Order: sequence, then structure tokens, then C-alpha cells
Amino acid sequence: MMEKSRRSFLKVAGIAAIGLGASPAINFASSDSRGTAHAVKSKNKEALHARRWGMVIDTGKITDEIAKSVSKACHKAHNVPDFNIKVDEKKYPHTRPVNHKQEVKWIWEEHFDNAFPDKEDEFLAEKFHGLPFLVTCNHCKHAPCVRACPTQATFKREDGIVMMDYHRCIGCRFCMAACPFGSRSFNFRDPRPFIKKISPNYPTRTKGVVEKCDFCAERLAKGKLPHCVGASKGAIVVGDLEDPKSEIRGLLNEHYTIRRKQSLGTEPSVYYIM
Amino acid sequence: MLEIAIKGSKNYWLWIVFLLAVMGAGAVVYLDQFTNGLMITGMSRDVSWGFYIANFTFLVGVAAGGVMVVIPYYLHDYEKFHRITILGEFLAVASLIMCLLFIIVDLGQPTRALNVLLYPTPHSMLFYDMIVLNGYLFLNIVVGWKVLEAERNQVEPAWWTKPLVYLSIPFAIGIHTVTAYLYCGLPGRGFWLTAILAPRFLASAFAAGPAFLIILCYIIRKFTKFDPGWEAMQTLSKIVCYAIITNLFFFLCEIFVSYYSNIPAHKAHVQYLLFGYHGYTALVPWMWTSLTLMTTGAILLLIPKLRNNHTLLPITCAMIVFGAWIDKGLGMISGGFVPSPLHHVTEYSPTGPEVMIALGVYATGFFVLTILYKLATQVKEEVRG
Repeated sequence: MMEKSRRSFLKVAGIAAIGLGASPAINFASSDSRGTAHAVKSKNKEALHARRWGMVIDTGKITDEIAKSVSKACHKAHNVPDFNIKVDEKKYPHTRPVNHKQEVKWIWEEHFDNAFPDKEDEFLAEKFHGLPFLVTCNHCKHAPCVRACPTQATFKREDGIVMMDYHRCIGCRFCMAACPFGSRSFNFRDPRPFIKKISPNYPTRTKGVVEKCDFCAERLAKGKLPHCVGASKGAIVVGDLEDPKSEIRGLLNEHYTIRRKQSLGTEPSVYYIM
Repeated sequence: MLEIAIKGSKNYWLWIVFLLAVMGAGAVVYLDQFTNGLMITGMSRDVSWGFYIANFTFLVGVAAGGVMVVIPYYLHDYEKFHRITILGEFLAVASLIMCLLFIIVDLGQPTRALNVLLYPTPHSMLFYDMIVLNGYLFLNIVVGWKVLEAERNQVEPAWWTKPLVYLSIPFAIGIHTVTAYLYCGLPGRGFWLTAILAPRFLASAFAAGPAFLIILCYIIRKFTKFDPGWEAMQTLSKIVCYAIITNLFFFLCEIFVSYYSNIPAHKAHVQYLLFGYHGYTALVPWMWTSLTLMTTGAILLLIPKLRNNHTLLPITCAMIVFGAWIDKGLGMISGGFVPSPLHHVTEYSPTGPEVMIALGVYATGFFVLTILYKLATQVKEEVRG
């Protein structure tokens, strides 16, 4: 008995020693996929960094047309389903009719009263009435969705971006109740039949998980600016809020800006030039 | 002890088969939801929680209500509750099983449910809800079972059941407090953002739970030889009376603050529920039915002659249970989502499949309740005989 347990101890210890010896090699091999110390060092040199990413939307420059192309560019690149398209019956037979109230959207147009319900004003300057206001995730500094998520599937990165892990999300939708901006969507059904052309640069989602704007973190990592910036014809600027010399801080210095529902203390990172 | 459950009258088996049939029907519809997603429900982007979470909230209350028999019996040695304490504990067990099932059927990815344990997140209220709900379930199963077993063997219950009973009291308060905290800590949801939400939940729980227990006592008296005791039921009805009045009072406080302060973010929801908002009135008749039922119930319990009326009491209790169910089940959750954070109005009503799944969950709960009550009443009959 004694002999046997000693032998098995040695066996385990031996395996453990091999494991220890091999671990640097394993870490090296996996450095581009896992968040190990090596991975940090081998980050893409072109990647864009910020201490806290923020966005400024110049409302005066946003026309209906621009707003639509911004949404379209974002939704297309991120494989956001469009419930208005005709489903390919051959590929997805027996697709049930859609409920448009269960739609998914990342960035879209709202009227002033809906984007800023606490600033509702019966004598609001007329020019604001018809204007489209683009709304999206605010990547709040004190994000209530991050606080509410029971699995950390919604989490905050060091650079301020509020991210989603679609593979960890259990679909409890606590984050949707927590978000004061209605920025989150739930996949009530499999979104794939409603994606016209799947973009290979971003994962499609499965049914039962929540999703939202991720500030194009996947593009920043490759040194590219978010899709909405490109499609906005200069109306949307992103940059480092913590850097006093950044373009975005310059804009905030020059213009009067507002944020959505500031009184709630979530500290949105999306500013609107009025 | 479980062998008792497989010996029963024809009526008992008919009831069991009926429950199994409803459970089966619910399971079949759930398979559809499991395969195709929550699209089969009436929930939407704007109203992202619905019938499941609402019933979950209501049943947490029924479970917590069990403490209203535990406190008088164990803390105040109120002997009249000796016979019904086990009924309160087993009602809590069945309710909690339904609560957990309602959470599971509400998940978009139920197979990932254990991620809550794999990635414990203390800043999420759901983390604490998981702890208190499972803790309270465990306490009630252990205490209920052990005490009943001891009664059957005509010995004193094991000494360690006592501390567990005492522990179950803060847990009972805890389950409903934490459940309220799920809602009332969210900025931007004006309807729930009120410190009185947890007290209000508790008040309605202490009304609906014991009221339901009284109804169950009537059913037990009719179908078994075990008599829970009229005096115990009368005391329970007084508890229901105080609790339902407290609940109505808290609701009045809520209405006063919303309307007198006139802050739109808070008022809009109450307006939607009571009078309709921008022409949307789906819940208005329900809410007034609820208020009428609860108020009438309170008056009927307040007048001793009416409260002590054998025929009237179960009807009064049914009114209160139903009123509280509408208030919490239909109004509390939908009301918080309408209007949306962007002041759009998207109304909600559950779909047929959604209701069927909910009925399946209820049938499961009643199945558990039937078996546990069968054990309890049989053991008590045996001991007496």
C-alpha cells in the first residue's frame, strides 16, 4: 500500500515537472491567441491605443443619408442581422416570420427627444426637430451593464471599451435591463439567415446572446479606425479622452457638447456637438 | 419516507397524472424554445424580461412568505403553528424550485448557466440571488425533511436543525430583498429605482405567501384526514391582513412620490400602468383589477366577522393572491420597461407558447408540492393514529 502510493506520488511529481519545463514553450506557441505575458509583448505594432477611448459626434454634420450609411457600414461589417431582407429559402428553409420588435442594432438614428429624453423641451430649437441623432453604446466609464453581468461576459477593457464575450454570455439579459441607453440587443433567434453576406472579419453570433457596439476593437487592434468614423464623412471622431493633445479633446475644448443622461453618473464616452 | 408518495387514492393519482401531462406539454413547447430561441416569446428589444421573470419574482415572494409561520412558531413558541410550519417550509421548497426553473427557461443559453459559478462575479446582484435562493432551498429541504422524519419516529428533531431554522429566517428576508435589488439598483429604470422596492416586495410576499397557505390548508382539510387547525388559519389571516395593508400603503407612497415630484422618468411608468401612456393601455384594466382585489381583500380581512367566516376566507385569500400576482407578475416587470429608456412605447404580452412553458413550470412546482404535502399530512395522520 505504502509502496504503491509512493510510486504514484513520484509519477505525478514527474509529470508535473515535465509540465513546468514545457510551460514556457506552450506559452510561446500560444502567444498570439492567449493573453499571456508573451502575447502582450508581441502585440501588433500598428494597433491604436488610448487610455480611454471616446467618440465625438458632430450633430450638425450628420444628415439622414450619412446616418444611414454609418449604420449600414457598421451592421454590415459586424454581421448584424437585418430582419428586412428576404431570407434565402434554399439555405434556410422553414424560417419563421420575424418580429421586428426583436431586432438587433448597434448604431442607429433617433430623434432628439428619444436620444435625450431628459432634455425634452416643447420650445426646442426647430432645427433639432428633424435632425437624426446617432446613438450607440456609450462605453460608459461606470458602466451599469458591466456591474450587472453575472459572468463577466460584459467587461471593461483598460482602454475604456466595454466588450462582450459572446461565448460566455448566458443570455440572462440583466445587462439590457441595466443599460439606461437601450444600446443592447438580444439574439432572440439565430441571426444568420438575416445576414445578406457574411463578413469573414467578424464572428457571427448564435441565438441567445446579447450584443452591442464594441468600438471596433477588432479594427483598432489592426491600426484601423472604427467603421462608423470612415462612413461619417468627418462627423464622427474617435480618440483618447485622457490625452489633452488628442484631436477629440481639441473638439471638446472648442465646442459645446452634451452627453446622454449625464445625471445618471455613468459617464458616457460619447459626446455630441450641438 | 418517500414511499408514502406512491400509495394514494384514485383522486391523488388523477391529479398526479394531470400534473405530469401539463409538465409534458410545457416540456414539448420548451424544446421549441430551446431549439429556436426566445423568439417564440412576446419579449422584445425594449421589453427584455417578461412573463418568466415576472412569475419568478412573484414566486420568490411566496417562498419568502413561508417565514411568516416559521417566525411565530420557532421564535415565539406559538404552538398553534406547530402543525402548519412544515406546510410553510414545503411550500417554500416548491416555490423555489419553480423560481429556479423560471430562471432557466428565461436564459438565452441555458447550457451555459453554470458560467455563473465558473466566473463568480460579486458585483452582480444575480450572484447573490443565486446564493440566497439555493441556500434557502437547501435549508428548507433539510429542516422540513428532518423535522418531519423525527415526528414520524416520535423523537426530538436533531439538535442542529434549530440553528438551521434560525438561519433560514434571514435567508427568507434575503431572497426577496436581493430579488428586489436586481431591479432597484439600475440607473435609468425610474419605476424600479426606489428604495421602497424591497420592503414593498416583502409586504406583498407576506400577504400572498400566507394567503396561499390558507387556501392550501382548506384543500388539505378537504382531501386528507389532517386538520391544520382553524385557529392557525385565523392567525395566518391576520398576518395576511396586516401585510396586504402594508403593501397597499407602500404602493400609495410610490404613487405619491411619482406624481407629486412630477419627475417624468418616474411618473411615466406609473402613468402607463394606471391610466395608459400616449394611448397605450394594455395593462390598465389589469392594474385596476389588481388594486380592487387587494383593497377588497384587505377590507374583508379587516372586519373580524368577515375574516372568521369559513366560506368567505378562502375566497378573500384567492383575491389577494391573484391581486398580488397581477401587481408583481404583470405590472412590476412590464411597467419597468414601458416606456423604454429612449421613451419609446413597446407593449408586451406573453405569447401562447410562453404561457404554456410557464404552466409547465407551475405544474412541476405543484407536483413537488403535492408529494411533499402528501408526506407531511400522512405522517401527521399516522402519528395521531
